[in-house]
Amino acid sequence: MTTGTSIPRGAIGASMARKEDPRLLRGRGRFGGDFARPGQLWARLVRSPVAHGRLRSIGTDDAARADGVVTVVTAASLPPGLAIPVRLQVQDADLRDYLQPVLAADTVRYVGEPVAVVVAGDPYAAEDAAELVDLDIDEAPAVLDAAAAAGPDAPRLFPGGNVAADFTLGYGDVAGAFARADRIVEIAVEIGRHGAVPLEPRALLADPDPATGRLSIFGMTKVPVFNRDLLATLLGMDETLIHVHAVDAGGGFGARGEFYPEDFLVPWLARTLRRPVMWVEDRGEHLVAVNHSRQQVHQIAAAFDTSGRILGLRDDVVHDNGAYCRTHGIIVPELTVAMLPGPYRVPAYRGRVRVVLTSKTPCGTYRAPGRFEGSTAREQLLDVAAHQLKISRNEIRSRNLLRADELPCQRSMSTLGTDVVLDAGDYPALLAAAQAEADRLGYPDEVERGRRAGRLRGLGVAAFLEKSGLGPQETADVVVSRTGAVHVFSGGTSLGQGIETVLAQIAADALGADPDQVSVVNGDTDRQPFGGGSWASRSTVVAGSAVHAAAGAVRDRAAEIAARMLEADPGDLVSEHGRISVRGDPGAAVTLAEVARATAPASPYLRPGEPAGLSARRRFEVAHMTYPYGVHLAVVDVDPGTGGVQVLRYLVAYEVGRAVNPALVAGQLRGGAAQGIGGALLEEFCYDENGQPQSATFMDYRMPTAAEVPPIDVLITQDSPAPGNPLGVRGAGEGGVSAAGAVLASAVRDALGLAGSVGRLPLTPARVQELATNGGGR
Amino acid sequence: MKDTHLIRVRVNGREHELAVESRRTLADMLRHDLGYTGTHLGCEHGICGACTVLVDGAPARACLMFGVQADGQDVATVEGLADGEDLSDLQQAFSDRHGLQCGFCTPGFLMLAEGYLAELQAGRGDGGEPSEQQIREVVAANLCRCTGYQGIVEAVLETARRRQAMEMP
Repeated sequence: MTTGTSIPRGAIGASMARKEDPRLLRGRGRFGGDFARPGQLWARLVRSPVAHGRLRSIGTDDAARADGVVTVVTAASLPPGLAIPVRLQVQDADLRDYLQPVLAADTVRYVGEPVAVVVAGDPYAAEDAAELVDLDIDEAPAVLDAAAAAGPDAPRLFPGGNVAADFTLGYGDVAGAFARADRIVEIAVEIGRHGAVPLEPRALLADPDPATGRLSIFGMTKVPVFNRDLLATLLGMDETLIHVHAVDAGGGFGARGEFYPEDFLVPWLARTLRRPVMWVEDRGEHLVAVNHSRQQVHQIAAAFDTSGRILGLRDDVVHDNGAYCRTHGIIVPELTVAMLPGPYRVPAYRGRVRVVLTSKTPCGTYRAPGRFEGSTAREQLLDVAAHQLKISRNEIRSRNLLRADELPCQRSMSTLGTDVVLDAGDYPALLAAAQAEADRLGYPDEVERGRRAGRLRGLGVAAFLEKSGLGPQETADVVVSRTGAVHVFSGGTSLGQGIETVLAQIAADALGADPDQVSVVNGDTDRQPFGGGSWASRSTVVAGSAVHAAAGAVRDRAAEIAARMLEADPGDLVSEHGRISVRGDPGAAVTLAEVARATAPASPYLRPGEPAGLSARRRFEVAHMTYPYGVHLAVVDVDPGTGGVQVLRYLVAYEVGRAVNPALVAGQLRGGAAQGIGGALLEEFCYDENGQPQSATFMDYRMPTAAEVPPIDVLITQDSPAPGNPLGVRGAGEGGVSAAGAVLASAVRDALGLAGSVGRLPLTPARVQELATNGGGR
Repeated sequence: MKDTHLIRVRVNGREHELAVESRRTLADMLRHDLGYTGTHLGCEHGICGACTVLVDGAPARACLMFGVQADGQDVATVEGLADGEDLSDLQQAFSDRHGLQCGFCTPGFLMLAEGYLAELQAGRGDGGEPSEQQIREVVAANLCRCTGYQGIVEAVLETARRRQAMEMP
């Protein structure tokens, strides 16, 4: 029941079942590889088998003559000089010399780099023929260690050297802070190379319409409008002749849906051959072709006063970006240093990062880019500092966390082109709440019990700051059809996060309809040509606010028409459950369907000059991000014999502003934590000394199973609504993984009783055994 | 020269007769020749389990079997689980417990679980109510990158208990 307002509030805040579920549970989802077109051809990439070398020649005759082969394409067949531009330009970095070509023309720089593509009538024939392509490569030394690659004597991967960017962010008098410190603590922390690895490999179908020249694309997700526009530019087409369709996607996590070489090749082939072309990568390709992430070395130090308060913080980061700068440019290293001070009061800060190119798969974002890495380094530093200062790990955090009355806090830095302004919140209160929840759930008792039983058991704690709701804008259309069905056309994309359900709840709430009435289409470039895509934990915040505005506009328009139909004042009308009624006279009512029909052309309720239809398009703009925050706590056992780490308990406490669907927020946090456990303990892209990938199957790239992931406890708080959007929401996509490396490093360090840092993630059995034997680094 | 065989296979109770190349995997045959695209391919080397189907009632990785090996056999895929418009009890439990996000691994987990639940029902387990630990071990056969497994474990556990309770005299 609503009182005194015409907007029911039931739809937001309910853990309603997902709209996505029925089709996915029945096997009726439509993923990129599920589509098929008559006369469809299949593409297969030929990739470099060596890490670095000069491409002397590519022999394609045998492949071209093979059964069923339609064409074999090399760089020589393509327009010259094709390279994939950076999507996110920041810090005025000029990366033109380091961009990845669509197909390598004269130099190969990592194993897996595309050098040719074979097109055949079926995928088996294409794969057979790809093996007949003869590559003559003059091998050169591989460059695998980023710190060495940055030095003057390293073999050069590019004429300009191996350092693509070297920049420093910060503010305040760092040298002065360190000069007057009572204690300086410095550690080195290394983060292992790992990545998103969604369960569905990439797939792309391009289908040309010979009559109109239109190109239909299936399988581009994340930023479909950006990719459509880029593809149109590269192909020299009008962008409205490209239609990127909405499809299901088997997980994204940052890596899927960026513009890769294949995203040019497949549409180009379809257009050139005038035939539908399908490409589906296999897992072996995926693990060497799709963006890697995370690999960094931090030399981090903090200056403290006698009471353990931070006076200054500095970090020197070497970021291993692999062989090229791809669409993300340098945003991962930028986010690393921009977000490094986290939720703490840091009066002076300097973060330097060198972005180094090596003979490995190029890098991009992976869920919580820069925060997973930076939080690990910073929180490990605080643990070591607490030990040296002889205060508890909680105490050092609560003394340094920014208090509620210190927010908003502007840091004189920018990231993703926006100023860093920590908007609102109560960080110490959430730390206390997380501790209380862990106590209630028996974490400390479990640690004690284990230790009494002689186990190497440890408790980890880590606080973190997230960011979400990146602008600059999102656009949404809301249309009510003649049946009363409400259609939302949003610029987000469905990657498994449940955004269809969330946007339906927001639309229903603003419109006064039931979520069941609402259907949501995400990421169709014809339906929503101004979408910004789903990434950076932005969709609930930015797309949600756009949907809120559009649905609110439709509600107002519906009330205007209903007032004419009911001969009532629009101000006296109540909109709920898809009905608009006169307040105090529920019998005087019309349904949304009736209102929609009353807006048809020639309707007596339409005034001259008014457009027909019940719909609205609205744009939501935002200048600053909103910064969620949280705390992770974990209990682990270390097996002194094998070095294996078992995660026994895991709690994520997270301030989300307002949870549109709390079960989906919990799902994001749990899934993120599971990925974080993988990155902290198991997953790593390893290379041998020649640059050959050693993690090219799921036997060697070890993602966590149900045996490695314990039940994840979550504490979702809604105490600090975001001030910058009408819903008060903060993004929830990345808080589950942000501090996973930090908390597990903290827990293992505690279990082993180390004085110094754990030094390096992932904490594989071999690494943990070494720590147990030799102790931690300084 | 293609080595093609004429085979008969029953999928979700429906007979199919088709000519299939000897090297064509069961997964590709189901997806591309017969249109059962609910069976997904996540790794094509038998680790992730997204392609799990039931062959004569037992879970099998459809990426590790050739189509010709299914000649004369009964194959069950995710498309056969729901009864008309109604989701099966297991599918409903997956939705209720938020055991899926992107849904790519989901068909494989559903078929893996159906195979396990059938085994329980046939009394090949230890007879008692399955524990969460036992379910976790079963669920650990497949990979999910989204959920952290908790909803999947809960859904299978809930369905196992409900089906056992229904069998009680």
